[in-house]
Amino acid sequence: MRFDHRHLLGIEPLRPDEIVTLLDLSDQYVAFNRRRDKHAKALAGLTQINMFFENSTRTQASFELAGKRLGADVMNMSMQASSIKKGETLIDTAMTLNAMHPDLLVVRHPHSGAVDLLAQKVNCAVLNAGDGRHEHPTQALLDALTIRRAKGRLHRLTVAICGDIAHSRVARSNILLLHKMENRIRLVGPPTLMPAGIAGFGAEICDDMREGLRDADVVMMLRLQRERMDGGFIPSEREYYHRYGLDAEKLSYAREDAIVMHPGPMNRGVEIDGTLADDINRSVIQDQVEMGVAVRMAVMDVLARNLRARPAEVMA
Amino acid sequence: MTPASGTLMHNARLIDPDAGSDTPGAVLIEAGKITKVLTQPLEIEAVKLSADNLVDCGGACLAPGIVDIGVKVGEPGERHKESYGTAGQAAAAGGVTTLVTRPDTSPPIDTPEALEFIRRRANEAAPVNVLPMAALTKGRAGQEMTEIGFLMDAGAVAFTDAMSVCRDTRVLARAMTYAAGLGALVICHPQDPVLSQGAVATSGKFASLRGLPAVSPMAERMALDRDMALVEMTGVRYHADQITTARALPALERAKDNGLDVTAGVSMHHLTLNEFDVADYRTFFKLTPPLRAEDDRAAIVAALRSGLIDIIGSFHTPQDEESKRLPFEAAASGAVGLETLLPVLMRLYHAEEIDLPTLFRALSLNPARRLGLDCGRLAAGAPADLVLFDPDKPLVLDRFKLRSKSKNTPFDGARLQGKVLKTVVAGKTVYESS
Repeated sequence: MRFDHRHLLGIEPLRPDEIVTLLDLSDQYVAFNRRRDKHAKALAGLTQINMFFENSTRTQASFELAGKRLGADVMNMSMQASSIKKGETLIDTAMTLNAMHPDLLVVRHPHSGAVDLLAQKVNCAVLNAGDGRHEHPTQALLDALTIRRAKGRLHRLTVAICGDIAHSRVARSNILLLHKMENRIRLVGPPTLMPAGIAGFGAEICDDMREGLRDADVVMMLRLQRERMDGGFIPSEREYYHRYGLDAEKLSYAREDAIVMHPGPMNRGVEIDGTLADDINRSVIQDQVEMGVAVRMAVMDVLARNLRARPAEVMA
Repeated sequence: MTPASGTLMHNARLIDPDAGSDTPGAVLIEAGKITKVLTQPLEIEAVKLSADNLVDCGGACLAPGIVDIGVKVGEPGERHKESYGTAGQAAAAGGVTTLVTRPDTSPPIDTPEALEFIRRRANEAAPVNVLPMAALTKGRAGQEMTEIGFLMDAGAVAFTDAMSVCRDTRVLARAMTYAAGLGALVICHPQDPVLSQGAVATSGKFASLRGLPAVSPMAERMALDRDMALVEMTGVRYHADQITTARALPALERAKDNGLDVTAGVSMHHLTLNEFDVADYRTFFKLTPPLRAEDDRAAIVAALRSGLIDIIGSFHTPQDEESKRLPFEAAASGAVGLETLLPVLMRLYHAEEIDLPTLFRALSLNPARRLGLDCGRLAAGAPADLVLFDPDKPLVLDRFKLRSKSKNTPFDGARLQGKVLKTVVAGKTVYESS
């Protein structure tokens, strides 16, 4: 097993074999999490701080649970509430925390690149839990694990990613990962929600959803932010649902055994039909949540092993 | 022939942007002015005998001093970032003999009283010429024009709201009409203000991968098109501070062909860097407008060579460490450039993208002409504002050795070729390299 990284800042620097390493270990943690007794010692003695500069319930809970199950001391800090209001800069906040000697720092920040910046200034391992529109690597990993378990492989699949690609860090990390693993990627959405230069990403672009879903193995829906709905990027919620909302009719263009994914939280009736989201034969949305905890355990386990392998003074 | 006195700078490579020549020769300086430009060896020997002082240039290049339009000094308001003293030292060390300062200070330079303060401070503290520009609209807010007449009387050489773009075309049209009546030069920043709102990068694959809010390069052409229509309407003397995209060039060319009194500038950074230099969110590369694609950079260099783009500036913008040590979106924009201007532009010379007379046409001659100054020439009668430099001397730039109070250069650690040896303002040596 090789995973030569001090931090997990994004999918971009990872090699395919490193992705496989993480997914294999995640598989073990899926089994572990299904046991009655869910307590391991991989992170025993280590301190994990979750620093969320942006609201999050699910991701923060997932990281917290992952850390606790591995025996770490977990602390949650909601950053909108505290120092930002007092005018403290990101780097000062990081230095303050650094002085408390955490081992794992899980960070979410509304600005692209903010987590990279923070990682340059601290001595611990940093996990990117989402930075602006840049990357959300654990989400891409948990999606990959979900796909691999449902489809039996993670290559040569046709994956349709649908919705607000432009503002989505989930889409970026997923495109990078699926591209590295040699899958066919289709991006489906209105042109206003497509990032510029998208042709250079190695993906096909469809503004017709039925075309985009044709023979797809995986249909990945993205959340459409409420504030983007009214007239700004799309004319209305109902027109969006009509053209890009996933329902049984549009899904019928995909392969019969295609799975439906969504990173949550869902807007039922905006990007996805409620009944479809609950259809256990097609929807793997609940699996994604389960895989999330396992993937985060695997990532923190691997980073902790790297931490322990280095003498403390080298980390400075 | 009367016997010459004064100082003779001889054994030099004379870079004459007006004649477009690069020849060995000598320059005689008397009472702060160039009195003779000599290229004949016999003549030089003759003058050598009578000159009071001889300066052997050792074969280095002697060119008219740089006139840098669009320099930001932190006074008033942000003296901790740059003062007239430090900016003047940096300018002298960079071969810049005339600083043309931006009015985007806090408060902005929008009254004759504020301009008076600048002139006094500059004269006390800076060893080089300082000419202030004034705001075109009060508070640079784009709502009411400033006292353009009074400001001209007080010494404003041009009117600009710097990087803030006037959204209200009626206000801009009236300000331009009024300025045209006085023969004032108006400098605008061509960038559609609505389309570029919040953008910190140029849209394209790089910005999308990095997840940075981006603006289409078309925003520059849109604003230039608007401004060209206004120039045609009002007849104002107009200068576009920075043209950085290929798509804006045809609009500029058309305006010039139609005989409009229009010139255009570009920053040293947009000539030598592209968007990929931002790499992993390096905030010292955050500029206004944002760095462009390589195709754009190449097109702009070609336009500079052809003369379509007239003027190069450093767009010196000092920012302290605090305002740069932030996430890219939140970090302050701009870079210092007074001291790095010449060595950085030598990259274009060494890459054979431009020759030295053409370069100095854009650095010295054209900006001086545009502002109606007598300098920028290597000719008898011109002020003795000169820069002596070695275009080949290698150096590794250390930002902490810069004379500016702020050290925000994107060229820290860069291997450059080209060193300023001596800077002369009105016949007086204001900088000499050790």
